[in-house]
Amino acid sequence: MTARIGVVTFPGTLDDRDASRAVRLAGAEAVPLWHNDGDLQDVDAVVLPGGFSYGDYLRAGAIARFAPIMDKVVDAAHGGMPVLGICNGFQVLTEVHLLPGSMIKNEHLHFICRDQTLRVENAETSWTSEYRDGEEIVIPLKNQDGQYVADDYTLDMLEAEGRVAFRYVGWNPNGSRRDIAGITNERGNVVGLMPHPEHAVEAGFGPDSREGGRTGVDGLAFFTSAIKNLLATA
Amino acid sequence: MATILVHVMPKPEILDPQGKAVGAALPRLGFDGIAQVRQGKRFELTVDGEVTDEVLAKVRQAAETMLSNPVIEDVVEVTVAQETA
Repeated sequence: MTARIGVVTFPGTLDDRDASRAVRLAGAEAVPLWHNDGDLQDVDAVVLPGGFSYGDYLRAGAIARFAPIMDKVVDAAHGGMPVLGICNGFQVLTEVHLLPGSMIKNEHLHFICRDQTLRVENAETSWTSEYRDGEEIVIPLKNQDGQYVADDYTLDMLEAEGRVAFRYVGWNPNGSRRDIAGITNERGNVVGLMPHPEHAVEAGFGPDSREGGRTGVDGLAFFTSAIKNLLATA
Repeated sequence: MATILVHVMPKPEILDPQGKAVGAALPRLGFDGIAQVRQGKRFELTVDGEVTDEVLAKVRQAAETMLSNPVIEDVVEVTVAQETA
Protein backbone atom coordinates (compact mmCIF):
# COMPACT_ATOMS: atom_id res chain seq x y z
CA MET A 1 0.00 0.00 0.00
CA THR A 2 1.12 3.52 -0.77
CA ALA A 3 -0.12 6.22 1.57
CA ARG A 4 -2.04 9.03 -0.11
CA ILE A 5 -1.43 12.46 1.37
CA GLY A 6 -3.57 15.38 0.23
CA VAL A 7 -2.09 18.85 -0.18
CA VAL A 8 -4.64 21.68 -0.16
CA THR A 9 -4.33 24.69 -2.47
CA PHE A 10 -6.15 27.90 -1.51
CA PRO A 11 -6.01 31.07 -3.63
CA GLY A 12 -2.67 32.55 -2.54
CA THR A 13 -1.09 29.30 -1.36
CA LEU A 14 2.62 29.27 -2.29
CA ASP A 15 4.16 26.09 -0.95
CA ASP A 16 1.78 23.43 -2.23
CA ARG A 17 4.25 22.23 -4.89
CA ASP A 18 7.06 21.93 -2.35
CA ALA A 19 4.77 20.13 0.09
CA SER A 20 3.69 17.67 -2.61
CA ARG A 21 7.32 17.10 -3.53
CA ALA A 22 8.17 16.43 0.11
CA VAL A 23 5.34 13.90 0.30
CA ARG A 24 6.66 12.10 -2.80
CA LEU A 25 10.28 12.14 -1.59
CA ALA A 26 9.11 10.60 1.66
CA GLY A 27 7.51 7.75 -0.28
CA ALA A 28 3.81 8.61 -0.47
CA GLU A 29 1.49 9.69 -3.26
CA ALA A 30 0.72 13.43 -3.21
CA VAL A 31 -2.92 14.23 -4.00
CA PRO A 32 -3.71 17.83 -4.95
CA LEU A 33 -6.84 19.09 -3.17
CA TRP A 34 -8.62 22.26 -4.26
CA HIS A 35 -10.07 24.63 -1.64
CA ASN A 36 -13.44 24.80 -3.36
CA ASP A 37 -13.97 21.03 -3.50
CA GLY A 38 -15.96 19.33 -0.82
CA ASP A 39 -14.11 16.07 -1.43
CA LEU A 40 -10.97 14.74 0.24
CA GLN A 41 -10.59 12.07 -2.48
CA ASP A 42 -10.01 9.28 0.04
CA VAL A 43 -6.65 10.62 1.18
CA ASP A 44 -5.07 9.19 4.34
CA ALA A 45 -3.65 12.50 5.60
CA VAL A 46 -3.77 16.20 4.73
CA VAL A 47 -1.16 18.95 4.56
CA LEU A 48 -2.22 22.61 4.67
CA PRO A 49 0.80 24.33 3.13
CA GLY A 50 2.20 27.82 3.57
CA GLY A 51 1.61 31.00 1.63
CA PHE A 52 -0.77 33.91 1.85
CA SER A 53 -4.23 32.44 1.37
CA TYR A 54 -6.66 35.17 0.32
CA GLY A 55 -3.78 37.64 0.59
CA ASP A 56 -3.82 37.31 4.40
CA TYR A 57 -6.82 39.67 4.21
CA LEU A 58 -8.75 40.11 7.45
CA ARG A 59 -6.31 37.91 9.39
CA ALA A 60 -3.88 35.23 8.21
CA GLY A 61 -5.94 32.09 7.53
CA ALA A 62 -9.23 33.74 8.49
CA ILE A 63 -10.96 33.40 5.13
CA ALA A 64 -9.36 30.10 4.10
CA ARG A 65 -10.87 28.43 7.12
CA PHE A 66 -14.34 28.90 5.61
CA ALA A 67 -13.37 27.16 2.34
CA PRO A 68 -15.57 24.12 1.50
CA ILE A 69 -12.64 21.69 1.79
CA MET A 70 -12.06 22.77 5.41
CA ASP A 71 -15.35 21.27 6.63
CA LYS A 72 -14.08 17.91 5.41
CA VAL A 73 -10.62 18.47 6.88
CA VAL A 74 -12.12 19.33 10.28
CA ASP A 75 -14.38 16.24 10.22
CA ALA A 76 -11.47 14.02 9.20
CA ALA A 77 -9.20 15.54 11.87
CA HIS A 78 -11.81 14.84 14.54
CA GLY A 79 -11.88 11.28 13.25
CA GLY A 80 -8.14 10.95 13.76
CA MET A 81 -6.75 11.67 10.30
CA PRO A 82 -3.23 13.15 10.43
CA VAL A 83 -3.33 16.86 9.50
CA LEU A 84 -0.23 19.04 9.24
CA GLY A 85 -0.46 22.84 8.99
CA ILE A 86 2.69 24.64 7.92
CA CYS A 87 2.99 28.43 8.37
CA ASN A 88 -0.20 29.79 6.77
CA GLY A 89 -1.62 26.28 7.20
CA PHE A 90 -0.92 26.54 10.95
CA GLN A 91 -2.75 29.87 10.96
CA VAL A 92 -5.71 28.21 9.21
CA LEU A 93 -5.72 25.42 11.84
CA THR A 94 -5.95 27.96 14.67
CA GLU A 95 -8.65 29.98 12.90
CA VAL A 96 -10.71 26.83 12.41
CA HIS A 97 -10.15 25.88 16.08
CA LEU A 98 -8.41 22.58 15.47
CA LEU A 99 -5.50 24.06 17.43
CA PRO A 100 -5.67 26.70 20.20
CA GLY A 101 -4.13 30.18 20.19
CA SER A 102 -3.41 32.44 17.25
CA MET A 103 -0.60 34.13 15.34
CA ILE A 104 -0.10 37.90 15.29
CA LYS A 105 2.44 40.10 13.54
CA ASN A 106 6.08 39.41 14.42
CA GLU A 107 7.11 41.43 17.47
CA HIS A 108 9.79 43.27 15.47
CA LEU A 109 7.37 43.81 12.52
CA HIS A 110 9.84 42.49 9.94
CA PHE A 111 9.28 39.66 7.52
CA ILE A 112 11.81 37.04 8.48
CA CYS A 113 13.52 34.37 6.39
CA ARG A 114 16.23 32.22 7.91
CA ASP A 115 17.34 28.71 8.69
CA GLN A 116 15.89 28.09 12.14
CA THR A 117 16.91 25.63 14.83
CA LEU A 118 14.00 23.93 16.60
CA ARG A 119 13.81 21.44 19.45
CA VAL A 120 11.37 18.57 19.04
CA GLU A 121 9.40 18.66 22.31
CA ASN A 122 6.92 15.92 21.48
CA ALA A 123 8.10 13.00 19.34
CA GLU A 124 4.86 11.06 19.73
CA THR A 125 2.59 12.88 17.29
CA SER A 126 1.54 11.57 13.88
CA TRP A 127 4.06 13.93 12.28
CA THR A 128 7.03 13.70 14.67
CA SER A 129 7.40 10.03 15.64
CA GLU A 130 10.52 9.55 13.53
CA TYR A 131 12.33 12.20 15.64
CA ARG A 132 13.68 11.76 19.17
CA ASP A 133 12.34 13.80 22.07
CA GLY A 134 14.67 16.77 22.50
CA GLU A 135 16.25 16.36 19.06
CA GLU A 136 17.34 19.63 17.46
CA ILE A 137 16.55 20.16 13.80
CA VAL A 138 17.16 23.00 11.32
CA ILE A 139 14.47 23.97 8.81
CA PRO A 140 13.63 27.26 7.06
CA LEU A 141 11.40 29.87 8.70
CA LYS A 142 9.76 32.62 6.64
CA ASN A 143 6.84 34.70 7.82
CA GLN A 144 5.38 38.05 8.75
CA ASP A 145 2.65 36.95 11.16
CA GLY A 146 4.46 34.29 13.15
CA GLN A 147 4.14 35.41 16.75
CA TYR A 148 2.27 32.64 18.56
CA VAL A 149 -0.04 33.99 21.27
CA ALA A 150 -2.54 32.40 23.64
CA ASP A 151 -3.73 33.21 27.16
CA ASP A 152 -1.74 31.86 30.12
CA TYR A 153 -4.38 29.25 30.89
CA THR A 154 -4.04 27.81 27.38
CA LEU A 155 -0.25 28.00 27.44
CA ASP A 156 -0.11 26.20 30.82
CA MET A 157 -2.48 23.54 29.49
CA LEU A 158 -0.33 23.01 26.36
CA GLU A 159 2.79 22.65 28.52
CA ALA A 160 1.13 20.33 31.05
CA GLU A 161 -0.28 18.05 28.35
CA GLY A 162 2.96 17.92 26.36
CA ARG A 163 1.29 19.62 23.42
CA VAL A 164 4.12 22.02 22.63
CA ALA A 165 5.53 20.07 19.68
CA PHE A 166 8.42 22.40 18.74
CA ARG A 167 10.27 25.24 20.40
CA TYR A 168 12.63 27.81 18.90
CA VAL A 169 16.22 27.25 20.04
CA GLY A 170 18.66 30.10 20.55
CA TRP A 171 16.88 33.17 19.29
CA ASN A 172 13.10 33.53 19.38
CA PRO A 173 12.56 34.92 15.87
CA ASN A 174 9.10 36.46 16.27
CA GLY A 175 8.27 36.94 19.95
CA SER A 176 6.18 33.76 20.24
CA ARG A 177 4.98 33.01 23.76
CA ARG A 178 7.29 30.58 25.54
CA ASP A 179 9.36 30.15 22.35
CA ILE A 180 6.60 28.00 20.85
CA ALA A 181 7.17 27.14 17.17
CA GLY A 182 4.52 24.43 16.84
CA ILE A 183 1.81 22.64 18.77
CA THR A 184 -0.38 19.56 18.54
CA ASN A 185 -3.94 18.63 19.51
CA GLU A 186 -4.78 16.26 22.38
CA ARG A 187 -4.82 13.22 20.15
CA GLY A 188 -1.53 14.07 18.42
CA ASN A 189 -2.89 13.74 14.89
CA VAL A 190 -3.11 17.48 14.18
CA VAL A 191 0.18 19.40 14.19
CA GLY A 192 0.81 23.03 13.25
CA LEU A 193 4.07 24.94 13.09
CA MET A 194 5.39 28.15 11.58
CA PRO A 195 8.72 26.88 10.12
CA HIS A 196 8.78 24.89 6.88
CA PRO A 197 9.78 21.20 6.98
CA GLU A 198 8.84 20.81 3.29
CA HIS A 199 11.76 23.05 2.32
CA ALA A 200 14.29 20.74 3.97
CA VAL A 201 13.73 17.36 2.34
CA GLU A 202 16.37 16.99 -0.38
CA ALA A 203 20.13 17.56 -0.37
CA GLY A 204 20.96 20.45 -2.67
CA PHE A 205 17.88 22.46 -1.74
CA GLY A 206 17.80 22.49 2.07
CA PRO A 207 19.43 24.58 4.79
CA ASP A 208 23.18 24.41 5.37
CA SER A 209 24.24 21.57 7.63
CA ARG A 210 27.43 20.01 8.98
CA GLU A 211 27.69 17.97 5.80
CA GLY A 212 27.82 21.06 3.61
CA GLY A 213 25.90 23.90 2.02
CA ARG A 214 22.17 23.27 1.39
CA THR A 215 22.44 19.63 2.45
CA GLY A 216 19.96 19.78 5.34
CA VAL A 217 17.05 17.33 5.14
CA ASP A 218 15.77 17.65 8.72
CA GLY A 219 12.20 18.22 7.54
CA LEU A 220 11.80 14.87 5.79
CA ALA A 221 10.92 12.97 8.98
CA PHE A 222 7.64 14.90 9.30
CA PHE A 223 6.43 13.11 6.23
CA THR A 224 8.07 9.73 6.85
CA SER A 225 6.55 9.81 10.37
CA ALA A 226 3.05 10.26 8.98
CA ILE A 227 3.57 7.59 6.31
CA LYS A 228 4.96 5.05 8.78
CA ASN A 229 2.07 5.65 11.17
CA LEU A 230 -0.47 5.34 8.37
CA LEU A 231 1.00 2.07 7.15
CA ALA A 232 1.17 0.72 10.71
CA THR A 233 -2.55 1.27 11.17
CA ALA A 234 -3.59 0.20 7.67
CA MET B 1 -29.65 51.24 2.47
CA ALA B 2 -27.90 51.59 5.79
CA THR B 3 -24.35 51.05 6.93
CA ILE B 4 -23.41 49.20 10.06
CA LEU B 5 -20.01 49.90 11.56
CA VAL B 6 -18.08 47.16 13.32
CA HIS B 7 -15.02 48.13 15.32
CA VAL B 8 -12.49 45.46 16.22
CA MET B 9 -9.48 46.02 18.50
CA PRO B 10 -6.63 43.78 19.64
CA LYS B 11 -7.31 42.54 23.16
CA PRO B 12 -5.74 44.79 25.81
CA GLU B 13 -3.46 41.98 27.03
CA ILE B 14 -2.21 41.22 23.50
CA LEU B 15 0.83 43.18 22.44
CA ASP B 16 -0.05 45.30 19.40
CA PRO B 17 3.16 45.49 17.33
CA GLN B 18 1.63 47.81 14.72
CA GLY B 19 0.30 50.28 17.27
CA LYS B 20 3.66 50.20 19.01
CA ALA B 21 5.49 51.03 15.76
CA VAL B 22 3.10 53.90 14.99
CA GLY B 23 3.51 55.18 18.56
CA ALA B 24 7.27 55.15 18.20
CA ALA B 25 7.14 57.06 14.89
CA LEU B 26 4.84 59.89 16.02
CA PRO B 27 7.39 61.80 18.15
CA ARG B 28 9.90 61.62 15.28
CA LEU B 29 7.43 63.72 13.26
CA GLY B 30 6.91 66.15 16.10
CA PHE B 31 3.61 64.72 17.40
CA ASP B 32 4.54 64.74 21.06
CA GLY B 33 2.51 63.85 24.10
CA ILE B 34 0.88 60.68 22.78
CA ALA B 35 1.49 58.05 25.42
CA GLN B 36 0.24 54.97 23.58
CA VAL B 37 -1.20 53.90 20.22
CA ARG B 38 -3.28 50.82 19.60
CA GLN B 39 -4.41 49.96 16.08
CA GLY B 40 -7.66 48.23 15.25
CA LYS B 41 -10.05 47.72 12.35
CA ARG B 42 -13.30 49.32 11.25
CA PHE B 43 -15.65 47.39 8.95
CA GLU B 44 -18.47 49.13 7.08
CA LEU B 45 -21.26 46.71 6.25
CA THR B 46 -23.92 48.18 3.98
CA VAL B 47 -27.22 46.32 4.09
CA ASP B 48 -30.32 46.40 1.93
CA GLY B 49 -33.39 47.73 3.69
CA GLU B 50 -33.78 48.69 7.31
CA VAL B 51 -31.52 47.74 10.16
CA THR B 52 -33.82 45.61 12.25
CA ASP B 53 -32.84 43.89 15.47
CA GLU B 54 -32.58 40.71 13.44
CA VAL B 55 -30.12 42.30 10.99
CA LEU B 56 -28.06 43.71 13.84
CA ALA B 57 -27.99 40.33 15.56
CA LYS B 58 -26.77 38.74 12.36
CA VAL B 59 -24.03 41.34 11.95
CA ARG B 60 -22.98 40.88 15.57
CA GLN B 61 -22.71 37.16 14.92
CA ALA B 62 -20.61 37.78 11.80
CA ALA B 63 -18.43 40.14 13.83
CA GLU B 64 -17.81 37.49 16.49
CA THR B 65 -17.27 34.56 14.13
CA MET B 66 -15.46 35.98 11.12
CA LEU B 67 -14.58 39.67 11.39
CA SER B 68 -12.75 39.10 14.66
CA ASN B 69 -10.79 36.27 16.24
CA PRO B 70 -11.82 36.12 19.92
CA VAL B 71 -8.41 34.71 20.87
CA ILE B 72 -6.67 37.97 19.98
CA GLU B 73 -9.39 40.55 19.31
CA ASP B 74 -12.51 42.12 20.83
CA VAL B 75 -15.51 43.48 18.96
CA VAL B 76 -15.67 46.80 20.80
CA GLU B 77 -18.58 48.45 19.01
CA VAL B 78 -21.36 47.68 16.52
CA THR B 79 -23.31 50.80 15.49
CA VAL B 80 -25.53 52.02 12.69
CA ALA B 81 -23.76 54.75 10.75
CA GLN B 82 -26.38 56.32 8.57
CA GLU B 83 -29.63 55.85 6.73
CA THR B 84 -29.33 56.85 3.09
CA ALA B 85 -32.15 57.08 0.62
